[in-house]
Order: sequence, then C-alpha cells, then structure tokens
Amino acid sequence: MQIYLPIAEMSVNVFWVLGLGAMVGFLSGLFGVGGGFLMTPLLIFIGVPPAVAVGTQANQLVGAGVSGVMYHWRKRNVDVKLGLVMQAGGIVGTVLGVMLFGMLQRLGHIDLVISLSYVIFLGGISGLMLMESVRALFRGRRKGATRGKLHHHTWLHGLPFKMRFPRSRLYISVLLPVGIGFIGGVLVAIMGIGGGFLLVPAMIYILGMPTTLVAGTSLLQIILTTGVAAVLQAATNHTVDILLAMMLLIGGVLGAQLGSRASGYLKGEQARALLALTVLGVAVKLAVDLVLTPDDLYSITTTAGPK
Amino acid sequence: MRARRWGGAMAVLALLAIWTPVRAQTLVADLSSHLIAITTGFTGTDVVLFGAIDQPGDVAVVIEGPETSQTVRRKDRMAGIWINNETLKFSHVPGFYGVASNKPLDALLPPAVAQRHEIGLDHVRMLPRADVDAATVAEFRAALIRNKQREGLYGTEVGEVVFLGQRLFRTSISFPANVPIGLYTVSVYLIRNQDVVGAQTTPLAVSKIGFSADIFDFAQHNGLAYGLLGVLLAVGAGWLAGSVFRKG
Repeated sequence: MQIYLPIAEMSVNVFWVLGLGAMVGFLSGLFGVGGGFLMTPLLIFIGVPPAVAVGTQANQLVGAGVSGVMYHWRKRNVDVKLGLVMQAGGIVGTVLGVMLFGMLQRLGHIDLVISLSYVIFLGGISGLMLMESVRALFRGRRKGATRGKLHHHTWLHGLPFKMRFPRSRLYISVLLPVGIGFIGGVLVAIMGIGGGFLLVPAMIYILGMPTTLVAGTSLLQIILTTGVAAVLQAATNHTVDILLAMMLLIGGVLGAQLGSRASGYLKGEQARALLALTVLGVAVKLAVDLVLTPDDLYSITTTAGPK
Repeated sequence: MRARRWGGAMAVLALLAIWTPVRAQTLVADLSSHLIAITTGFTGTDVVLFGAIDQPGDVAVVIEGPETSQTVRRKDRMAGIWINNETLKFSHVPGFYGVASNKPLDALLPPAVAQRHEIGLDHVRMLPRADVDAATVAEFRAALIRNKQREGLYGTEVGEVVFLGQRLFRTSISFPANVPIGLYTVSVYLIRNQDVVGAQTTPLAVSKIGFSADIFDFAQHNGLAYGLLGVLLAVGAGWLAGSVFRKG
C-alpha cells in the first residue's frame, strides 16, 4: 500500500516504513538508545530529502523519548532538576543548530556536514565504546581485576557557579550540564539524533552521575531538546513530515518493546560491543561514501519557484 | 440564462466555422484530464492527449512544468573527500519537461526552429544567472538535465505520438509521484515541410488535493502550529505506548 508523504513529496510503501521503524525500534530497545543515528541515514538512503529526514526524526524522537521516560519515571530514575538545567543549554544549542542548518542548506553544504558529523561523532564514540567493551569482556574472564578510582578531581571541578543536585548527589558547576545540553541540542538540530550516545557517557564521566539515573535523565533532556528542534524545524525550514513521523513512531514503539524484551538475553558488555559495531558500521559506510567518487559529480537544488 | 449561454456557444461555433477555411492549418487537441490531483494514495499518473489535424502533417507535443530556479553544484575532491565547489544558478527552468512526436525530432525540424519553440531536451530554455563561458554553461546545463532525468522529471527519450489514420493522433504523458505542483502547459505543434505551421496550448494543473494538501498547506502557512501539533501527536503516541506496555 503506497502513501504520499506531503512534506517529503514522495510516495512510499506503508509497510516498508512501518518495518523500518520496527527494525530501528528493536535495536533501540535492545541497546537502550534512541536509534536516531540509524534512522536518519536510513531515511536518506530510501530517498527522503536529508533536511526532511532530520526534521521528521526530531519529531519522531519526542514520542520515542516519552515512552522511555515513563518507564524510568516509574522506577524514580530521573533527576528532573539536572535534566532541566541541561535543557537550558539544550535550547540554546537547538536554536543555533537550526539556524546553522538553514544557513548550510543555502550554501549547499548541509549534506556534507551531516555526513561528516556522523563520521566524526559516531566513528569516535563507537571506537571508544568498542575498545571499552572489548576490555570489559576480557576483564570479565579474568578474576580479580582491579578497579580504578571512583571519582577523579580534575579542572572541571574548579569551574564557578556551583549548584547542588540532591537527586544525583552532585555539587558541580552548572556550566557542565549546560554545556553538555548545548552540544546535545546542536546535534539534534543538525544530525536528527537525540544524542543519547554522546550524552550518556558525558553524564557518567564528566558529571559523575550515578549510572542508574543517567538513562532516564538523558531521555528527559532528549524529549525537551527534540521537541524544541521539531517545532523550530517545522516553523523555519518546513521540514517535518508528520505522516512519516507517525508511521515511524508506530513501528518504532512496537519494535522497541520486542527489543527491550530481547535485551534480557544479552549481557551488558555484549550489548555494548554489538551497539558499537553497528554504530561503527554506519560511520564507515558514510565515510566511504565521502571518499569514493560519486556517480555524478553534479547535484541540483531547487532554489525558487514551486518545488 | 442557459439559453443565452447556448446562444453564445452557437455563436462561437459559427465563428469557428467561418474561421476554419481562412486559417489553412487547423489543429485541435485536448487532454483526458486538466487536473492531476495529488492525493494521499498518489503514485504518479498518466494523462492522455488526443487531437486531430485537417490535413496530413507531423505532430510534436511539449509538456512544460512551472518555472523554477535551480542551483547546480559540482563536487571536487578536497583533502580526500568530495565537496560541493563550483556553482551555477539557472532561472526560468521548467520543473518538468517532456516531449513526444510521431517521428524523430531531428527529421522533423531544423535546430533553429526547434530552438525557437523549445522542442526537444537540447532546446529547453534555462537562463544562466552568471556571466561564464559557453563551455561551462553547457557542462552545467547538461548536468541539470541529467539530474532532472534521474528524478524522473525530464523525459529521457522522445515519447511517441501515434496516428490513428491520417487525421487523429494521441499520446500518453507519464507523471511520476514526485511531480512538482503548479500550472503546466501542454503545447501541440503541427509541423509541415520542416516548419511549425500550427500550434495549440492547453493548460494542465497539478495540485495537492485532500488530506495531503491540507497537511502541506498547514505546514507551509502555519509552521509553528504545525510543529506544535506534531510534537503533541508524538507525545500522545509515546504516552499511549508507555501506558499500554506498562505491564510488559
């Protein structure tokens, strides 16, 4: 059954899109990540214009985030205060990111910047994750492995404007969560991803948050940032396709339920290694595309008149 | 009221009857439909053009979509990766272009005449917006046409006009799902002795209709409210899912 997407201006098969949503949802449930990093490149791959893929994805992630936060909320694993402080930086980052997106679109470099950001961020993070989880897998086999210090004091703890976050038992400079939120906001606007894969390690290693609170709190921050990004993209760049977002959401929600059930069969380190491999795969594919000679060196964009 | 309209129609017909012998070359053509409606189930469509000529001759049909401006960019390898570099803008570029004829175009018309009437892909009008040398323009122009062909918006080959006997002809025009919206012109040319001796232009509208049109209009004219609605829908769907699967 074909359906015409009014904003992407293309006809797609409903079951294909539902299946795509379900597949990415399954992986996100399995690994406990948003899945935006997979969905946006896949949408571009099936022919959705990159700008529409990014805008629509922001909208879709709001829905995925809400059901995730509800789960963590019931377990009381959300630090609302910290999430809101991060959000302050997130809004600024999103607004700047959406403006930057529009500017790059006019200059004709948006596709390149999307691809490059994916290669740099996904490649870097997945490389680190892979090393970490491989080490963890090996450490798991050897008995009596040593543990590092729990809490290092670095220059980060000397920053001003300190604030207490009782839920996370932290006393840190607000600049840290605001800064992390800011980067998350820029990523949502430019790459169409929630940025969980970047936020989660940053919250653990830079803020020193208890790991139990990280997932729920980062999801709260992601809902707010993606929400702001979706509204801004719709208002300024007209790139949110509600029909596409809804179909992805329906598929994604069902897939995520299956995925989180399947995750019970995976060990933490195994799951992380698999996730790292998946992310690395996406990054390598995009990197190869940047380097290989394209089929046609020329590309066109409609700059005025009816599209 | 009705009687008067009939009267008017009769008068026009009478006028035509007088007119016909004066204009030696006549050509009538019409489309099976003057509106392509892009609805939620739209996957592209065909429109049939049919017509008649009063004396033997050849026919070429040109379909042009609404005028757009197009930016063509060429990638160059910089520091190992391919980056958009040189740019040329064209204005007055038809967003859709198709041509059909009953014989190969170069057998029908000399290039100068084809150029004047914009018959054939080599003669589509597109104005470069910068003062660059002819070779560069030709290169970017070819790239623009190639990209449009890949999108299915410019015909890759000349379509076929079929004659049913000596007088009646028909052709079919295909529009893909990504057809741009706007007002199209379908021009039918009657060709005799290497020259265009008659022409008729028929309008064709492509527009979004129904649910998909409502969504598009809403998104274009009221982006903020549209964005908010999208987020609300997503929150609702997420909340619903979170509640339904609570026990799981």
